[in-house]
Amino acid sequence: MRYLFALILSLWPFVSGAQDWEDRQLFQAGNTAQTLRILSSTDTSFFAPIIEQFLSDTPAWSVEYLVTTTSDIDRKFRENPDQFDIIISSAMDLQLKLVNDGFALELSGIDHPEWAQWRQRLFAFTTEPAAIVINSRAFKDKTIPQTRQELIHALRQQPDLFRGKLGTYDVRQSGVGYLFATQDARVSETYWRLMEVMGSLNARLYCCSGEMIDDVASGKLLVAYNVLGSYAAARRQKDPRFEIILPSDFPTTMMRTGFVSKATQHVDASERFIQKMIDIQSTDGSTGSSRLPPLDKSLQGTNPSVISLEPALMTYLDGLKRRTFIKEWMSAVVQ
Amino acid sequence: MTDTVNVSGSLRNRLTLTLIGGAAMLAALLFFVVRGYAAQIAQQGQDSILEASVMSILDAAILRNGDVEVDFPYASLSMLSTAADDRVFYSIYQDYSLLSGYGDLPHNTGQLGDRMAHKTTQFDDVTVRMATASRMLVGADTRTTISVSVAQTQDALQVTLARISRNVALFGTVFFLLSVLLSFWATATTIRPLQRLTTSVTKRGPKDLSPVASPVPVEMAALVSSLNRLMGRLDTSLKQSEDFIAEAAHRVRTPLATVRSHAEATLQRVDRDENRQALRAMIRAIDESSRAAGQLLDHAMITFRADHLERSEVDLVDLLHELVLRLTPVADMRDINLIITGDRQVIVAGDSILLQNGIRNLIDNALKYSPAESDITIHVTALPTPQIEIRDQGPGFPESDMDKLVSRFSRGDNVKGIIGSGLGLTIAQDVAQAHGGTLTLSNPNGGGACVTFSL
Repeated sequence: MRYLFALILSLWPFVSGAQDWEDRQLFQAGNTAQTLRILSSTDTSFFAPIIEQFLSDTPAWSVEYLVTTTSDIDRKFRENPDQFDIIISSAMDLQLKLVNDGFALELSGIDHPEWAQWRQRLFAFTTEPAAIVINSRAFKDKTIPQTRQELIHALRQQPDLFRGKLGTYDVRQSGVGYLFATQDARVSETYWRLMEVMGSLNARLYCCSGEMIDDVASGKLLVAYNVLGSYAAARRQKDPRFEIILPSDFPTTMMRTGFVSKATQHVDASERFIQKMIDIQSTDGSTGSSRLPPLDKSLQGTNPSVISLEPALMTYLDGLKRRTFIKEWMSAVVQ
Repeated sequence: MTDTVNVSGSLRNRLTLTLIGGAAMLAALLFFVVRGYAAQIAQQGQDSILEASVMSILDAAILRNGDVEVDFPYASLSMLSTAADDRVFYSIYQDYSLLSGYGDLPHNTGQLGDRMAHKTTQFDDVTVRMATASRMLVGADTRTTISVSVAQTQDALQVTLARISRNVALFGTVFFLLSVLLSFWATATTIRPLQRLTTSVTKRGPKDLSPVASPVPVEMAALVSSLNRLMGRLDTSLKQSEDFIAEAAHRVRTPLATVRSHAEATLQRVDRDENRQALRAMIRAIDESSRAAGQLLDHAMITFRADHLERSEVDLVDLLHELVLRLTPVADMRDINLIITGDRQVIVAGDSILLQNGIRNLIDNALKYSPAESDITIHVTALPTPQIEIRDQGPGFPESDMDKLVSRFSRGDNVKGIIGSGLGLTIAQDVAQAHGGTLTLSNPNGGGACVTFSL
């Protein structure tokens, strides 16, 4: 009985680990000897082209791609930094803190603009705005709101229509949701008013952009706030049931970032992968080889709406700050 | 006198090397002082930013319902952004227990005052600079102390220091090179009065023994005054020699002339043959002595003047005509013709008194050894070199010891009966040599003697 217990205990991490992943795929599972483990928050379908191009250049390798939420990435990686080679996440603040805490390997061979990298360890490779996604049918006869202020106005005019049909990130669960929320709150008080309105209309809370887009498309939701614009744009190509709005008052734009674990066994391959990823994403997306939006080099890091890679990103990760922010957010949204 | 001087070292080199060495030391000193100072200032800059960060976090701390809230602004960490992307660590403590931030950041639990504390320490195997300060919060029934530390790595500081070091090194090098140029210039300026003095002494005329009058630096005053005194003494002794020569000429010649006139008068009065004979011998001896004394004085004068040659433009033809005019009475007594041929004008740069003396001695010689009723030909030419050729119809020079004749007090074997001191040719040769010329003796085919005086 004791042995059986011990066996279950020792197997538990594998079983539970397998269950924890949103997605887990092995690319080019052949007779290759070595495997790069990539821990990522990006949906497999968006990231697969980059992996495939990397593999076509270096066929001796295979890639294991593990997808989970941004906050889960932070937790899992801090527990086992030697289990993963490359960490990809849209939560810039969590990524920067990991690098600040010394988890990342310096890749001196990579030439990347100053504003798009931090400490030659953390490399940005996309520029993605946070978007408002609205159901097309619901706004058929109305003017489509272009700013947060206009959205508040529209919600207040027809509270009954929107009640229970609004969605946004649950900032307690989602790292990138928390990043968007804190950056919005930094810029304008409008964010808090919008949250209060949404809270009063029983807004639904989501872990991930994909689900929000699904629900807006199906009509379960009429408005979703702070959805990853890149996912919405990709869906919009095939699905005309929703519209994407980039708020014109202040568009919050984040950069997806990646770094190599300091504990990696595969330094060269990891650096080649990051280099390949940056190369693909720096070619303005005109090749169409990637499904992710490219790194918009025209911004040159000067656009204040782009969240910049700096130590200040760690501000809202502070325990006290986070506690205060979540408390405030809860009192607004979860009334 | 010898021209070689015992030389040891060089003032110019010593001065230049001293100045350059000093400049090198100063440049090195400048480098270390400025770099040290810059490092201090750069460190102060980082400290003050860390300080501001700590203060902004401390200021955000409030007590709400007994709980501490530290809602610090985004700027608290944003202000720590550097070009080198330095890592940032912080910790917030409430009464020695960690409230938030990095728990393993070294925490100075002993010192809790309002004073800001800075220190350099190790964290996560890197060197960080840390600032710490604390503040007391007073609530309704509690009081608690909040202590905040903010630490930052020093990558940007190292980059700044490297840049400053590079710039200061460049600055120091330029300073050094300028100093080198300056030391060459300073050395040249310092040495110049010495060179000026050397030039002015070297360029002096042969008889210029006046003191150095141009101003000299105070360090050279002693040298120059010694030099002036030396030249003064030399001048005095030279003047004394000249005076002595003039005095001697006067003292010897005048009494001889008196004796000669008395002897001639006596010769007129005595009738006895043996007495007349004796008196004639006496007069001849007096003539010989007078001539010898004159020639000795001439020679002494020439020796003296030859050292201090006073060159001026002299026309040899004029000079010859003047001499011939003076000697014609003597020549007429023996029916000798003095004939001058050659160029109409031969200008040379020379001492006219010496030239006159030397040439007169040659013509004198020719007159003495010429038979009565003969010709003396004086041929003067300007090219290829100025030269005077004097030819008589006398017995000629003895072939055996012709080269000995020009030495002092030497006379030919074939001229025993003629008055002579043996100084005439010596004087002529001294004069020729003083002017850089030569005296050549020969017996031409047509008989007689020929002396060529060329300059």
